[in-house]
Amino acid sequence: MTPTSKRRTPLAPYVILTPAIVLFVLFLALPIGYTVYLAMRRTQVSGLGLGAGARREVFVGFDNFAAALADGELWAGWLRVLGYGALVLVVMLGLALLFALLLDSARVRLSRFSRISIFLPYAVPGVAASLMWGFLYLPSLSPIRAILDVDLLGASTITYSMANVAVWGGTGFNMLVLYTTLRAIPRDYYEAARLDGASELQIALRVKIPILAPAIILTTVFSIIATIQVFTEPTTLRPFTNTISSTWSPLMKVYRDAFVTGDLYSAAATSIVIAAISLVLSFGFLRVVRDRAFGEG
Amino acid sequence: MRATRLGAVLAAALTATLTIGGCGSSEPTGGSEAAATSPAAPQGPVKLTYWTWAPNMDKIVAVWNKDHPDIQITVSKQAGGDDAAAKFLTAAKAGNPPDLVQAEYQHLPSFIAADAVADLKAETAAIKGEFGEGIWGLVTLGTEAVYAVPQDSGPMMLFYRQDLFDKHGLQVPKTWQEYGEAARTLRKKDPKAYLGTFSSKDPGAFTGLAQQAGAQWWSISGESWKVNVADEPTKKVADFWGGLVKEGAIDDTPFFTPEWNKALNDGKLLTWPSAVWAPGVLSSNAPKAKGKWAVAPLPQWNAGENFSGFWGGSSVAVSAKTPNKAAAAQFATWINTDPKALDLLVKEAAIYPAAAKAQAALGAAPDYFANQPDFWQQAATVSAGARGFTFGPNVGVTYNAFKDGFDKALQDGTSFSDAVQAMHEATVADMRKSGFTLAS
Repeated sequence: MTPTSKRRTPLAPYVILTPAIVLFVLFLALPIGYTVYLAMRRTQVSGLGLGAGARREVFVGFDNFAAALADGELWAGWLRVLGYGALVLVVMLGLALLFALLLDSARVRLSRFSRISIFLPYAVPGVAASLMWGFLYLPSLSPIRAILDVDLLGASTITYSMANVAVWGGTGFNMLVLYTTLRAIPRDYYEAARLDGASELQIALRVKIPILAPAIILTTVFSIIATIQVFTEPTTLRPFTNTISSTWSPLMKVYRDAFVTGDLYSAAATSIVIAAISLVLSFGFLRVVRDRAFGEG
Repeated sequence: MRATRLGAVLAAALTATLTIGGCGSSEPTGGSEAAATSPAAPQGPVKLTYWTWAPNMDKIVAVWNKDHPDIQITVSKQAGGDDAAAKFLTAAKAGNPPDLVQAEYQHLPSFIAADAVADLKAETAAIKGEFGEGIWGLVTLGTEAVYAVPQDSGPMMLFYRQDLFDKHGLQVPKTWQEYGEAARTLRKKDPKAYLGTFSSKDPGAFTGLAQQAGAQWWSISGESWKVNVADEPTKKVADFWGGLVKEGAIDDTPFFTPEWNKALNDGKLLTWPSAVWAPGVLSSNAPKAKGKWAVAPLPQWNAGENFSGFWGGSSVAVSAKTPNKAAAAQFATWINTDPKALDLLVKEAAIYPAAAKAQAALGAAPDYFANQPDFWQQAATVSAGARGFTFGPNVGVTYNAFKDGFDKALQDGTSFSDAVQAMHEATVADMRKSGFTLAS
């Protein structure tokens, strides 16, 4: 090799990587860095706080993080989201799995139509879906109330009502992921199972679900992340009821701090705490499941 | 941040559906354009951006633009309310605010505290006399500076269904005690209807009612803030409404919700203690009841008094960062004091002007209230007795605490004055945390 080509070879990967690195730095690393910077600062007002120079930004280290971690309302929010999330995860993924298996079984008619109609709600934006369900829940407008005499926006029912919106909107997507994986399984597996005398139910439980495991794990991780970030449903439903506070979910608290009460710094610190918890939960789940499902270390 | 984008989408969606004045609309970004023109050597006309949500403001600005080829204003329509205030503060922090902004009186102190609006003392010296002292105090906070030019005001009045009052033989309540009695009587006569509702979503309305009772949540004494959100008048107002809600005499459906609209349209809600801008809301949210509503002064705490409070009202402020402060101040002055502009504000934007001479010149009643030809005379009488107070630098915190506190009180059936106490504590805690000097 000539010296020039020697010098050129190590350059090429960087040139090719440049766009990705630039985009990563501009739209991910820098904003995260700025958030961390904001999270360590605070406005310090002197006197009346009016007029120029009465307000300056000071460095406060980890004070905002400490305040976020010590905030009882934030943890109460986590608890509420945990209850809501458990409900959504189990019902939504359970339904998605059931629908995927049903659609995949040979006997189903109108499979194309059912598939699209189950998937369709996913195409409805979260805000629109929440508003639509909100109107359905409102006592004097609700057709549901004509049949069922329950306050769907009451303190004891609001979690279910919100979970219902999420399940309605999310089942289709998860079903599609699972269904696509199912279609990719070679049909001979089922044939072999049938020759061995397995029923359709046994095939589903013993063959399909184990093969689906990675896809189920994937959809679970996505759903955990989406649940932790729940914001649209409670925020949209909030004007309809007095059971949802401005800090119902952790992300709502971030929004309130940043844009309602004007404390960007606390909001930045809280959002970093949320991101950390969200990472721990998703990777923690992955780790536990991997160890169990695949016996990997 | 994810929340930011969602919030913007939401704000737009919410205003579009729960229409407050019927003016939720998308907005083009502005501000940067004007900031780009060099302050030293302006070439061609000065270009200014103006954030507002008053209806038809573009038409009024077009008149200005025609008369002032050297100062061209572009209107950027905003969603209004608390979201608009948050947006302006964020834009100011990010360094690209509009040159002119519509500022609700309760949000102006937050703008001032964030150093986002300019002091217009010199530019407004000549027009001070055009405004009443109470209104002027709202843009000076009782200091030497002038932070905005008052545009409109929202003195509160009692709107009621005249036809249904007649049907049930109800008298228009002169005191709040009579209001409570009427609420109970109505429940007996028509168990499906309510005389009124308490909204846990509208701190502005509650603030106005507290002002009427003589509340003074914030005040400036020397170099420190005095904060007393849970003062006696406020607690009295809170407990009055709390008692009525608890005994079931009035409803707790929030204003501006689909449920509320339905109740208004179906004649299931007979009164609305609201502000002078209510005809606009009623005509869009309860079109079926046109001509059936009438207006009276708010019920009083003591018979014979003549007090009211303010719900809403806004001013036009000039951004601290604008390179064209003089031009912006000239426009802010024109739109709020020039007879031609005031005439347009009343006709096109349907606002109740803050300028005294314009209030006196109001003629025909709003279309929705065609049955009440003396509508504006009533408004003027009420306006004379309306009292406000200096708003603090963290109204956002107080108002948010109102919503959370009263939501909880309604849900758990706890006392309303506890919610007021929570508002006070949240307000004080936030001011202490920021470092404001508080008088004990």
